[in-house]
Amino acid sequence: MSACLDIRDLSAVLPNGQRVLRSVSLSVQPGEVRALVGESGAGKTMIGKAVLGVLPSSVRIVEGNMKLEGEDLGKLQPKARRTLIGARTALIPQDPLTALNPSRRIGPQMTDRLVRILGWGGEKADTRIRQLLDEVQIRDPDRVLKSYPHELSGGMRQRVLIAAAFAAEPRLIVADEPTTALDVTVQKQILRLIAELQREHGTAILFVTHDLGVVAKISQKVSVLYAGKVVEEADTAALFAAPEHPYTRALMAATPRYTDPFASLMPVDETVLAGLAAEIAAADQAWRRPHG
Amino acid sequence: MDEARIARRRLSPRLWLAGGWLLLALLAAIFAPLVAPQDPLAQDLMLERLPPFWLDGAEPGYWLGTDSLGRDLLSRLIFGGRIAFIVAFAAAIAACLVGSTLGLVAGYFGGWADRIISRIVDVWMAFPPVLFAILLVAVLGTGLSSVILAIGIIDWTRFCRVIRAEAMGQSRMDYVENARIAGYGRIGIMLREVLPNVVPSIVALLSLEMGIAVIVEAILSFVNLSISTDDPTWGGIIAEGRLSIHQAWWVLVFPLITLILTVLSFSQFGEALKTRFDPVLR
Repeated sequence: MSACLDIRDLSAVLPNGQRVLRSVSLSVQPGEVRALVGESGAGKTMIGKAVLGVLPSSVRIVEGNMKLEGEDLGKLQPKARRTLIGARTALIPQDPLTALNPSRRIGPQMTDRLVRILGWGGEKADTRIRQLLDEVQIRDPDRVLKSYPHELSGGMRQRVLIAAAFAAEPRLIVADEPTTALDVTVQKQILRLIAELQREHGTAILFVTHDLGVVAKISQKVSVLYAGKVVEEADTAALFAAPEHPYTRALMAATPRYTDPFASLMPVDETVLAGLAAEIAAADQAWRRPHG
Repeated sequence: MDEARIARRRLSPRLWLAGGWLLLALLAAIFAPLVAPQDPLAQDLMLERLPPFWLDGAEPGYWLGTDSLGRDLLSRLIFGGRIAFIVAFAAAIAACLVGSTLGLVAGYFGGWADRIISRIVDVWMAFPPVLFAILLVAVLGTGLSSVILAIGIIDWTRFCRVIRAEAMGQSRMDYVENARIAGYGRIGIMLREVLPNVVPSIVALLSLEMGIAVIVEAILSFVNLSISTDDPTWGGIIAEGRLSIHQAWWVLVFPLITLILTVLSFSQFGEALKTRFDPVLR
């Protein structure tokens, strides 16, 4: 059985030639949750956007390939690629406010997409949406479907977006820091919801986050990213038990623990970062040689 | 949030005052032959320069007095409103259609489309608008349709600039990205996701533009370049009133008041409508 998502040696550059993704390889098996951790600017979101085909126009993919359920995205015509990505993937975005159109009611926003992707009639789509709203524990679907986004709370909006992401039964969902913009108390519920729906629907998730606590809770596999490069990749349990790369260890040491809230926070160790910088410089050097 | 909402409610007399004046003026203009007390073109040298009704020497039936040819001022204002409103609606809609479409395309598509449209706007706006209008009417010939055309040709840039900026901000929103992921085409996204969010601005600008069109029409008729028939226009009445300001101030003052009230009402009405139309502000 082929992987749900298979990225091989993906490199992307900015117009000034700087690499933002450095030969990234990672795969997500069907029904698996793969976490992508790293600090901000590490390129986590960039990978998600590359998969979904919405990279900023300034970023250019120069090498590598991405296969979505065995289909090489780079070899498809743009239109066929859009259709494939539209049907097989979905996004749970970071900011639930800007991800919903403020001037349209929730109902039509959600059903339109199903009609578009699955070619369903309006009524069938409506039934499906209500079913999903129930799954994300929205108890008054009538009110929610008639609301404008600003009339709902942040947690409610994120629930709506989760329901929308799962509604068309995609094979892969990219969750881009879905809990970062939320209240801490709501974060936990949302995380639990995503995990629950993921299990029931058997959807593979590429879970982008900077929060190791979240990684431990939700994922089976982890890729640790630094400066657009995968520095370590492992099963979640193995990674937490015995992190191999010094950066991963430093990252874990920098995570605050609830068991000892008064311990002072540790920044990532300087020598580790210096080692990483050298590693990346060497990799870039090696990469440039054949690529001019 | 609640306080802001209450404050906005309190402001809404603005909507009613402005809308009320516009409705009154519009109805008077539409039914001018029925409401005008006199024939606006009838000259009577026996009745020249009659003062408004509250001054000594006023004649009943000539509420705002008469001009130097003995024509009833109120009737002339009411009939002048016809041309003012026709120009306001037609010219503003023309400018809006052209400007909003180009602005939406420039802002949403960006790249070359944006560069070309923005350069045209820059060049366009380098012309002084009133001179441009006079020039255009001189070329197109006087007449109602040339005045409308001239205003449309000059003022589409106003729509284009604002709508471009708004569409640009919209195109960076996550819901636009989400629609792209779902497989919608560019034009579909522009019409479905971006356009509804710029409609409040289009409405406000449209109303503002109607006020501007009224002014431009008045300026053109002031310099005798609007329509060349005998029909009264506000600008024309003002031009005549200027000549007899020392003998009959009312011939100048009343059309000015009418003009100011109408233009002010259009801009206020537009602002109020914008808040009404915007789901977030509502």
